[in-house]
Amino acid sequence: MKLVIAVIKPFRLDDVRDALAQIGVKGMTVTEVKGFGRQKGHTELYRGAEYAVDFLPKIKLEVALDAALLEQALEAISGSAQTGKIGDGKIFVYDIEQVIRIRTGETGSDAL
Amino acid sequence: MKFFLTPNMARLTVALGLLLNVTQAAADEGGLSAGDTAWMLTATALVLFMTIPGLALFYAGMVRAKNVLSVLMQCFAITGLATIIWIIVGYSLAFTGDGAYWGSLEKAFLKGVTVDALSGTIPETVFMTFQMTFAIITPALIVGAFAERMKFSAMLWFMGIWLILVYAPICHWVWGGGWLGEMGVLDFAGGTVVHINAGIAGLVACIVLGKRNGYTKTPMLPNNLGYTIVGAAMLWVGWFGFNAGSELAADGTAGMAMAVTQIATAAAALGWMFSEWLFHGKPSVLGIASGAVAGLVAITPACGSVGPMGALAIGIAAGVLCYLAATKLKNALGYDDSLDVFGVHAIGGIVGALLTGVFVAGSLGGVGLAEGVSISQQVGKQAIGVVATIIYTGVASFIILKVIDMVIGLRVSSDEESEGLDIALHDERGYNLGA
Repeated sequence: MKLVIAVIKPFRLDDVRDALAQIGVKGMTVTEVKGFGRQKGHTELYRGAEYAVDFLPKIKLEVALDAALLEQALEAISGSAQTGKIGDGKIFVYDIEQVIRIRTGETGSDAL
Repeated sequence: MKFFLTPNMARLTVALGLLLNVTQAAADEGGLSAGDTAWMLTATALVLFMTIPGLALFYAGMVRAKNVLSVLMQCFAITGLATIIWIIVGYSLAFTGDGAYWGSLEKAFLKGVTVDALSGTIPETVFMTFQMTFAIITPALIVGAFAERMKFSAMLWFMGIWLILVYAPICHWVWGGGWLGEMGVLDFAGGTVVHINAGIAGLVACIVLGKRNGYTKTPMLPNNLGYTIVGAAMLWVGWFGFNAGSELAADGTAGMAMAVTQIATAAAALGWMFSEWLFHGKPSVLGIASGAVAGLVAITPACGSVGPMGALAIGIAAGVLCYLAATKLKNALGYDDSLDVFGVHAIGGIVGALLTGVFVAGSLGGVGLAEGVSISQQVGKQAIGVVATIIYTGVASFIILKVIDMVIGLRVSSDEESEGLDIALHDERGYNLGA
């Protein structure tokens, strides 16, 4: 079982969700985050006080899946999140030790 | 069929009607005017509205989220405190007594201010409450200068003492029969009494308290410019009560005061907006809101004296000059006047006070200079009023602050400042967003 964490541009979220749904991934967790990599921030001005704002709004997506779906999922996310411009984001892949469905107590792949 | 109205009854009714009309006319000439009173009751409510919620929101939106409640709390608390102090001694010290510099206590505790007492053509209760709303907003303006770092207790002490030792005397000097009014200084609605006064006190306070930790290095972004512009809009609308209400009557002068207020404010809003567009490259919401307030401040002393074209000139001057003061001057001199109380209220007030002396001239569309007084002489009188206010409020505010600092301390601790005043001083959070 794998945990895929993707940091993407916020306006790509709907496309990523649709692309994952198409390969059979139905559930995910989404957080609003701030971050930067190579993308430059911008300046904001409040009455003569200029501020360099480096942290840009991003969306962090977390999806737990069967190892079998991993390659397709990575392709789906990359394909739908990409704009070609700096700041598109990154994907990280982790191993999951255990998964439990809280309602029923199912574990392992049955809980995904 | 019975007639309900006999011919004699009809004659009696007509006679009674005529008598009542005559009585009403007599009242309008010598006693209470219903028209004036109705307007002044309304104006009083409008001016209170300027402080809560107008100014409160204008300021609250500009501070960081962790301090949003502290500003609202300060404005509300000052509203309560100033009310009580006004009725106990403030009104009396400001508006009674023959002293050139200091009033008397003959109306302390509102002695003599009864249901029937009149002040001109309006009840004295209305005059007293109207003036109270000015005594409320003036200290409230100052909070912008020391936002995000002042102890709440010290703030209350400062405002209470300041009202008695600074606001009431200056009010007396200009409007209460004191030396500036007698000398012919024109300050219709409080450019000196309210704005220069608060602006200078604010400058002194922000310097005595010192800069916020991390000032110029740490971003200190406005948490809610939506509040700020809504607050500015409330100030704009409420200011009609402030300016047109200062005529204390519902007449042509009040009408002109309202008109010139609108003109100057619009001109200043655009003046700031275009200045910012030119110097920075983009016009901003905070800029246009600030410009409008600068215009309101500048037209305040002038609104009973100048005409529409004078108001236009005053507005443009205020918009441009206050923009430069709040952006360039502040950054050049390095003081942390958090919400530009000096840049907008002191500078706007000074610009307005001096230009009042110019545009009062009949040749420039004003109501006309006083008998035998030239423009330069009037501007000279205005300048004396400005300088006297600056010196007195500057020195007195400094002393009051220093004394309070020695007794209880003015500023919150570094940790409290980092945590945010809302939690540190009030145990509350302004925004509990998220489930």
